[in-house]
Amino acid sequence: MKATVYVTIKQNVLDPQGSAVQGALHTMGFAEVGKVRVGKYLELELDTTDRSEAETRLTAMCEKLLANTVIEDYRFELEG
Amino acid sequence: MKFAVIVFPGSNCDIDCYKAVEDTIGQKVDYVWHTATDLSDYDCILVPGGFSYGDYLRCGAIARFAPVMNEVRKAADAGKYVLGICNGFQILTEAGLLPGALLRNNGMKFRCHATELEVVSNNTAFTNQYALGESINIPIAHGEGNYYCDDATLAELKANNQIVFRYAAGANPNGSVEDIAGVSNKQGNVVGMMPHPERAVDQLLGSEDGKRMFTSILNAWREQHGAAINS
Repeated sequence: MKATVYVTIKQNVLDPQGSAVQGALHTMGFAEVGKVRVGKYLELELDTTDRSEAETRLTAMCEKLLANTVIEDYRFELEG
Repeated sequence: MKFAVIVFPGSNCDIDCYKAVEDTIGQKVDYVWHTATDLSDYDCILVPGGFSYGDYLRCGAIARFAPVMNEVRKAADAGKYVLGICNGFQILTEAGLLPGALLRNNGMKFRCHATELEVVSNNTAFTNQYALGESINIPIAHGEGNYYCDDATLAELKANNQIVFRYAAGANPNGSVEDIAGVSNKQGNVVGMMPHPERAVDQLLGSEDGKRMFTSILNAWREQHGAAINS
């Protein structure tokens, strides 16, 4: 089974990278760009066929390591 | 008194910490590798700066799962002194031993220069030799030192007197909430800070204002153990 995990800075936490990218896009003439948030995208291959077990295990992975829930949110998708 | 300096793959301030202990207070100090499973010999644990595990994923995120971190947690729970500096601070927040988290600097740049700090609490084992409100000169060197915590945590930090250092007014180098440069846990025996006191222990280094952090620790330990002798 393949999992994709998205980790993003919480909406109420300042994202300096997002602000810098937004500034660069504006400088380049992409004036329509509003808020930009930069996050992380992870691909995990899981050696399991049990979807609900995979979800439980992924939640634990995100809570423990993949995201710092003080400053980040996470979500994931499962395929296969 | 016996100090441990934890060494992770990628630590780079370990030697500075070791030398600072030797040169400022002349106490016993050992390097302890991240795989160690026993810290019971030590009275104070220093978690040094650097780029543990390449800062992959997040600063400190992988280091916090090193075997030695279980022992650091035990030492903290036992009331021993734990000081995390720079990457060490990031590791202690990731480990949940200190509240909050460190974000990218708001200016996106790695900042490496002297900073003026205000001693906000001198009621800790690490700051008892400073005057309350004293202004001290300690260098920083970090790209992710932007201290963040939510409003509820901030209120708690204030209520419990857990803010130990602030950057001087108007001199916040990284966007930290309320200019916070260092915090302690509720009990006060665990402190984390982004500035490097171990780099400020001699005028040759530009400042010796960091010296008193080490004399504070020794002083606190002696008071706790009723020992006037150099042991």
